[in-house]
Amino acid sequence: MSKFKKKKKGLPAISTASLPDIVFMLLFFFMVSTTMRETDLLIKKPMLPTASEVKKLEMKSLVSTIYVGKSKDSRISGDKIQVNDKIIDVKDVPNFILSEQALRKEEEVKYMTTSIKADKEANVGTILDIKEQLRDMNALKVSFSTTKGSDLKNNY
Amino acid sequence: MARRENSEINAGSMADIAFLLLIFFLVTTTMDVDSGIARKLPEKTPPDQKNDVIVKEKNVFDIVVNRNNQILVENDQYVQVTDIKRLAVAFIDNGGGLSAAKDGPGVPCDYCEGAKNPISSDHPSKAIISLQSDRGTTYGMYISIQNEIEGAYTELRNRLGMAKYRRSYDDLLKDYKDNPSESINEKIEFLKEAYPQIISEPEPIK
Repeated sequence: MSKFKKKKKGLPAISTASLPDIVFMLLFFFMVSTTMRETDLLIKKPMLPTASEVKKLEMKSLVSTIYVGKSKDSRISGDKIQVNDKIIDVKDVPNFILSEQALRKEEEVKYMTTSIKADKEANVGTILDIKEQLRDMNALKVSFSTTKGSDLKNNY
Repeated sequence: MARRENSEINAGSMADIAFLLLIFFLVTTTMDVDSGIARKLPEKTPPDQKNDVIVKEKNVFDIVVNRNNQILVENDQYVQVTDIKRLAVAFIDNGGGLSAAKDGPGVPCDYCEGAKNPISSDHPSKAIISLQSDRGTTYGMYISIQNEIEGAYTELRNRLGMAKYRRSYDDLLKDYKDNPSESINEKIEFLKEAYPQIISEPEPIK
């Protein structure tokens, strides 16, 4: 009889002491995973030039990014162009723009912006080639990605 | 049955969870703001259509950069990047002649404060900045020059905005972002129209 009573009485509450820890872990997980979502760079991370007259890019969903920089392998010289997760040739830029446009709604296409994230050591020739391709594709809105700052001495 | 009534979900940590979510969203939304110099590329003209516009030499501000990042302005001055803004402002704001005849005859620039030099640009609406670069110029230099040109236009628009509306162009843009209204947009468009950005980038030097 006494055994029975004891069982009824001692209903243990679930300990919630470790709940904050669990949520913390979740938080950390999300923080890490959101930075992972950005495309893996196959080229060296471009050192963006500094500029003071910058505009923020609006409507991030309509931005397609083109990276320009040196190859990670120092033996390979010249500028490499990366879009999404692969290194491409200048003449493949129109294909990239087409595929980006295909993902958006038709009425949004004219608001699409191409953001060029290029290394400050890159050659202007490469950039001008890309611009020419963009003109061919009628993707006329371009943003040269820069970091905001007033000290332009490090650009050149 | 009786047991169920006894048990209760502990809501004490709910606040913590909400707090953490809040922090999480705060962190993710401010992460890496992409900013840059915005440019609109000129439209491609059909190959069969030849429309060479003839522009007076004095209405063009020539900037040439070579592969050693040296800058030549107006074919005779060797300058530093930091000088470009001043020179460009002086050029755009010169106002030595009449504006482009759009509807009706051209009018002199009544808001320009430039030297009114007859051998420099006629009117801001006619002033063209030409930036010719070498294929070997570094991108950093190119962006610096673009930045200086952008800076020159912003300075002029700011000045006119202050004189006309007691509010600079930058402030007007900010106001418009905070509460978009037709009247502010009108002012912005007016300032843009007064100092239109006409930048030409000819084929690079091979």
